[in-house]
Amino acid sequence: MAFSFQAVAQEKIAITEDDYSNSRVEMADVMRSEGKIYVLVGVIVLIFAGITVYVINTDRKVSKLEKLIKEDS
Amino acid sequence: MRASWWKILTIGLLLYTLIAGLLLDVPRLPILNETIRALHFHVTMWFGMIIMLVVAVVYSVKYLRTSDIKHDDMAIEFTNAAILFGVLGIVTGMLWAKFTWGDYWSGDPKQNGSAIGLLMYFAYLILRNSLTDVHQRARIGAVYNIFAFAAFIPLIFVLPRLTDSLHPGNGGNPGFNAYDLDSKLRLVFYPAIIGWTLLGAWMANVRVRLRRIERKVEDKLINQVS
Repeated sequence: MAFSFQAVAQEKIAITEDDYSNSRVEMADVMRSEGKIYVLVGVIVLIFAGITVYVINTDRKVSKLEKLIKEDS
Repeated sequence: MRASWWKILTIGLLLYTLIAGLLLDVPRLPILNETIRALHFHVTMWFGMIIMLVVAVVYSVKYLRTSDIKHDDMAIEFTNAAILFGVLGIVTGMLWAKFTWGDYWSGDPKQNGSAIGLLMYFAYLILRNSLTDVHQRARIGAVYNIFAFAAFIPLIFVLPRLTDSLHPGNGGNPGFNAYDLDSKLRLVFYPAIIGWTLLGAWMANVRVRLRRIERKVEDKLINQVS
């Protein structure tokens, strides 16, 4: 096992088309075929959207402060 | 929002990274399996960190040449964002390593190097906070920042390549590794680097503006008293 880790790490193994169709390597194929992956994508995108809105609001508040200070001086 | 086109670009690129990073085909490789997708999240943190550190060094040099405190704002805030990315990079790297290399920390040269690098940047923050005079802080900070960057690059790019490392592309192999060079991975990887870096720049930008507002308010208060 230790040896195979080493081999993966040290040699430059080019990725070929075979690597995309190699069904011997286990991937989350069931999850994808059931479409559940889109639920996951949806959840992550919603959270990202929420954080983005918050950051944009913060940015706007800073802009307002900048204006306020300019008018004052 | 001020100058918002690049902020919209940031959001767009990151949305693309999240969606395409999870959905597009990836090479099916043993040991890595689906975790290869961490390329778009873990590796990009380090790219973003380095790019922001370069920006910070540029502003440190600018400060030393002009003694304009505005350049120091940029240097410290870009370093702050870079450190955040570095911490996230090291934590995500540990999680990824646990399930591919078998342990959170294997004393890999690149892991050690980046940990030492982060400690140097923590020291930068402590050094700055220990100085009370604004210009002294900025000048000593700028000099330290330039030296820290000059030590950081060999620590994570040069030394790991001189010895055996678990990280791909190391142990004598310079340049990108095979995973990065795969054209389908690059389709998400490169936009992801730009997106995360822009997000860091955005965070730095907001905090630089807050710093300048704070300074103006302080100046005003001082002027009122006298």
